[in-house]
Amino acid sequence: MFKLLEGPQTLGRGRMFWACFLVVLAGALAYPLFADSYDVGNFAYFLIWIFMALGLCLMWGYGGMLSFGQTLFFGIAGYGYGVLAINMGGGTATIAALVLSVVLAMMAAGILGYFMIWGGINGIFFGIVTLSATLVLAFFLGQTAGPEWHIGPARLNGFNGMKGMDPLTVGDFYIEGSALYYVMVALIVIVYLALRMLVNSGIGNVIVATRENPQRAEMLGYDVRKYQLLTFVIGSGLAGLSGALYTSWGQFITPSSIGLPAAAMPIVWVAFSGRSDLTATLIGSFLLLFGFQTITVYSQQAALVLMGALLLATVMLAPQGFVLGIGKLVADWLRGRRRGDGDVVAEAGRLQSEES
Amino acid sequence: MALVEVKGVSKRFGGLTAVSGVDLTVNAGEIHCLIGPNGAGKSTLFKLIVGLYPPTEGSILFDTVDITKERPYARVQRGMSIKMQAPSVFKELPVRQNIQTALQERLSGAERIAEEDRLLTLFNLAPDSDKLAGALSHGQQQWLEIGMALALKPQLLLLDEPTAGMSPEETFKTGELIKSFNAEGMTVLVVEHDMAFVRQVAQRVTVLHLGKIFARGDLESILQDEKVAEIYLGKTHAH
Repeated sequence: MFKLLEGPQTLGRGRMFWACFLVVLAGALAYPLFADSYDVGNFAYFLIWIFMALGLCLMWGYGGMLSFGQTLFFGIAGYGYGVLAINMGGGTATIAALVLSVVLAMMAAGILGYFMIWGGINGIFFGIVTLSATLVLAFFLGQTAGPEWHIGPARLNGFNGMKGMDPLTVGDFYIEGSALYYVMVALIVIVYLALRMLVNSGIGNVIVATRENPQRAEMLGYDVRKYQLLTFVIGSGLAGLSGALYTSWGQFITPSSIGLPAAAMPIVWVAFSGRSDLTATLIGSFLLLFGFQTITVYSQQAALVLMGALLLATVMLAPQGFVLGIGKLVADWLRGRRRGDGDVVAEAGRLQSEES
Repeated sequence: MALVEVKGVSKRFGGLTAVSGVDLTVNAGEIHCLIGPNGAGKSTLFKLIVGLYPPTEGSILFDTVDITKERPYARVQRGMSIKMQAPSVFKELPVRQNIQTALQERLSGAERIAEEDRLLTLFNLAPDSDKLAGALSHGQQQWLEIGMALALKPQLLLLDEPTAGMSPEETFKTGELIKSFNAEGMTVLVVEHDMAFVRQVAQRVTVLHLGKIFARGDLESILQDEKVAEIYLGKTHAH
């Protein structure tokens, strides 16, 4: 099974890669020992969004489905966590609230995905429909300021957002600060490795084949709709995981975390990073989130303009993604290969379909 | 024994009738060629059989089971395997991964790798197995697609113009390969323009003209049919 950690669908293989992976992981684990608690909390916040980025990478880069709906499922699970945590009374039940809210997001993705995929919606229309659903949810939640909008004791609170839920808790121990950071790191490692195994498996082969040529994939006997739905549900579920963790982290969630500016962010992260590779997405998204947050301290408008500029620069200069491009250059350099080698071209193309 | 039975199948696109009331039987174990001039409805009939188009009327049976309403993947799972007219491979994936994707449901582990190697060697693709499929020549892509179709080990191999874009040598080799698959018991239905290729492989021939069956029979009788020569072959080719 661990053989699937390496394969044609993922960059990075061999001892050198995994040694680097362990060094980075060791650094991440040691970070709270040296940093102050404010910075650790900030890093935990950056890591929350990585799941959403990896989910979009799976759907868009591997499956060829550009979903503009990551914040839709982020919101469903985020609000779901809030409602469940408040109604279930906090404490250890928050763990169940986390799991159930992610399941809720996946069920919503299953229903929306079923109608879209079985209805033959693909290409740009996939993005339009998912964006529309996202905006509908954000608009709806913005209209829920009145006291009549509540689920049990949990009030939705319109634009002001929902608050009052407990953070993740085990017994009397609140998972906050460094503990939350370590949970994030552990979850990211698990999700990252699991996704590597998925995309390098037979299922991953079909997902990529469907991106490349869905009719040919069907002519090999695969019901491509099921594979597309599976990809959509997993990718959206990861957005849901981000949403539930976000609500737990801040103990609030507002419709603005679902709306258009928020919905565009994962697209920018993944496009900039390199949508066709999980590692590039992981690294690039983290760097962008770090940069965005640093600039936001001084000017949120400037940060948004920078994100837009980065998206344009990516489209114009590096449609494969900057981080992926740099990663390939480094890999070529390490292998002593010159650009233009057949193998390198094969690898580049294998990981990237311009058509998708 | 009939493996495929097309019964009274018609296909209309708005006011255009591409296929009209066609009855066609492909017997198990034969190489059956479907020929006809441009616009005869060959490719439409092919797409009806593989499930890319739903028929306006009629039914299609595979191994006595009515598959008229089944999607293409379900027909493939029943034992059909298809090579489309234009090369339809995964161009951005390596050649070996194309074959692997076709094989992985049937074989795994060392068995799968051995079969990948066999198919790559059979179609002279082994030296290019790490190349992207899109970097292959047109003829090589045709072979790769036939290889992918064969990887499914089908009862019925459906080939739509398998030699389009191939050199005469490649065309001849393709014909010999198809005959060897047939010798192992595989039924083959070929839509083809190239009469030299049809002469090389066909055991039975059906001629389609203006969406209807114009003639059918063994190769010799079709080649000697004056009416067929008039509508399609050109008299000089019939002799």
